[in-house]
Amino acid sequence: MSQSGKPTGLFKNLSAKIAAIPMVLTALVIFVGCSVWTIVFSFTNSRLLPSANWVGLDQYERLWSTRRWMISIENLAIYGILMLILALVVGFLLAALIDQKIRFEDGFRTIFLYPYALSFIVTGLVWQWLLNPEFGVQNAVRNLGFETFSFDPLYNPDTVLYGVLIAGLWHTSGLVMCLMLAGLRGIDEDVWKATKIDGIPAWKTYIVVVIPMMRPVFITTLVLVTSGIIKLYDLVIAQTGGGPGLASEVPAKFVFDMMFVSQNLAQGFAASTMMLVAVIFVIIPWAYLEFGGKKHG
Amino acid sequence: MNKLHSMSFGALMAATALPALAADLEVTHWWTAGAEAAGIRVIADAFQKSGNTWVDGAIAGAGGAARPLITSRITGGDPMGATQFTHSAAMRELIEAGFMRDVTEIAEAQGWKEQIFPQSLLESCTFEGKLYCVPSNIHSQQWLWLNNAAFEENGLTVPQYWDEFVAAGPVLREKGIIPLAQGQQAWQIQLMFNVLMVSIGGPDLFDKVYGDLDAEYAAGAEVAKVFKAAAEARDLMTGSNVQAWNEAAHLVIDGRAGGQIMGDWVQGEFMQAGLKAGADFSCLPGLGVHEYITAAGDAFYFPKVEDAEITAAQDALASAIVAPITQVDFTAAKGALPVRRDVELSNPTPCMEKGMEILKAGQVVESVNTMVSPDTVGRVTDLVVEFFADPGFVPETAQKEFAEIIATAD
Repeated sequence: MSQSGKPTGLFKNLSAKIAAIPMVLTALVIFVGCSVWTIVFSFTNSRLLPSANWVGLDQYERLWSTRRWMISIENLAIYGILMLILALVVGFLLAALIDQKIRFEDGFRTIFLYPYALSFIVTGLVWQWLLNPEFGVQNAVRNLGFETFSFDPLYNPDTVLYGVLIAGLWHTSGLVMCLMLAGLRGIDEDVWKATKIDGIPAWKTYIVVVIPMMRPVFITTLVLVTSGIIKLYDLVIAQTGGGPGLASEVPAKFVFDMMFVSQNLAQGFAASTMMLVAVIFVIIPWAYLEFGGKKHG
Repeated sequence: MNKLHSMSFGALMAATALPALAADLEVTHWWTAGAEAAGIRVIADAFQKSGNTWVDGAIAGAGGAARPLITSRITGGDPMGATQFTHSAAMRELIEAGFMRDVTEIAEAQGWKEQIFPQSLLESCTFEGKLYCVPSNIHSQQWLWLNNAAFEENGLTVPQYWDEFVAAGPVLREKGIIPLAQGQQAWQIQLMFNVLMVSIGGPDLFDKVYGDLDAEYAAGAEVAKVFKAAAEARDLMTGSNVQAWNEAAHLVIDGRAGGQIMGDWVQGEFMQAGLKAGADFSCLPGLGVHEYITAAGDAFYFPKVEDAEITAAQDALASAIVAPITQVDFTAAKGALPVRRDVELSNPTPCMEKGMEILKAGQVVESVNTMVSPDTVGRVTDLVVEFFADPGFVPETAQKEFAEIIATAD
């Protein structure tokens, strides 16, 4: 190893490379290896245990003709789009408001970030109670004297997704706020002074100058929020169990139920493969824009 | 210091005085509701008398959460000492894959073949001539539970069969009472649908649909009656916005709902609330139409383990469960029926007596879980869950889709 004075390419930064080995192995074996294994076995008819009985695309044909799967995807799309927009808007607004050099800033920051410290299960249970007509908001308002007040989003198929959305938003927007606040604090004071001298109103400065400067923060936030959306599962379990009917089913729950309740592994694998494909469709264009764009200036 | 020494010496003596083979046996189960927990304590106490230690592995959340956890622990190489489970095709796959231990020897030594009744309890966990489970109790699903006061206080007689119950619905509704309380969880909706299948359709229809998987028949006029009853049930249960079965039972107990379709384990909740069978609440087996019940019930299964001490502890548990004295105390606590016929029930309720009579008359149907794969049950569940949640889902469409599932079922 040490015959020559200068280390060759392979042994350059050797300690760093050794330190990276566990993570590289984890990534290769766990992420890539298991993904490939899952995809391969989605072409079998495995039930409780994996078996190498190939059936071609049957599982995918069945998957795409299953109404519950279509409902799940539609639900995730609605939830995802609304969540993405609202989390960014609410998070940014909170951050902008806190950034006005208000008093008790630390206190507010803690309060807004606190929900993020709770697990989705706890969040889901808390909001299930809050939205439950017997114990929650409806009951409280009725006790104030508004006897006919009705607020029961979780038991109405048309509104149940918004009930889940409220809980998700409550959980996530604090984190978004913190990221945004860090971004805002990173903007040079001189930018604000310059726009002030030019007489540009504050809201316009935010939209035209500050937000474009915060692009990296927005991208980080986008990735964090999106990954949270795709793995949406525990919140639904705690709040609605997928109901009423199939009105709040999501793909991750479909995968779990297929694999462990229906004991149809291959069908669950097919569904999770489709989820992976969807993620890849989102990630590749983004990665291209983000990393490919930089090299070309 | 000397005292301490002698104390620890005493403890050592006590420990060695126990039988040579004593082990900690982890037993997983999903009996967490009040009456169920009381039942499992009876078994645990009987088992501890053998000198082994019971390590309780209760998993809350009924079959939905517990089953996947139990199966994945067994398939994942981290088996528990023993586990409660229901007779099902799900367990059959684990047995076929060689994960489970056969208990034929104990069964033969103790003469279970002569004692256990009905025999279908043993048949459904026999595989290639070997027995793989210890039946602990019988549960039947086909019951309609009614709060007498809800009907009598509103000038109605307590219904005797399904059509009377349906007819009473509008009157109850007018008084602000939900006619039919049902938990919204998927398994309960599926249970109710298949209860309607057995009770409204009758045992032959049930067998043709799930046993012969006759898709044409499933699309026909006979099964249409079942879907019509399902649509009626859907109207009756509007407003029953609860999730768990015991929450729904409490709607009935409080008189906020008229009745509930649920297995006989509900009876435990009624009795814990201080209600008396017959006087305060009524039960209609087979919804008062076809008095046939499933005698599937619960059983304990033993994963294969290397450790001889654990194997011995498994044997001790198996004997403790079927022992007549455990059977009497356990089934009384849990509100279930015993698995042997040579025991006298202590203080049976009229409902338990009815159940016993039906069992003895042999009016028993197989459980849907043993007739078709979990995958098929899952597909039927998804369909009926959607059907019961959406008043715009017409019964004819649902039946057509049901027949399609039966056509490709296994």
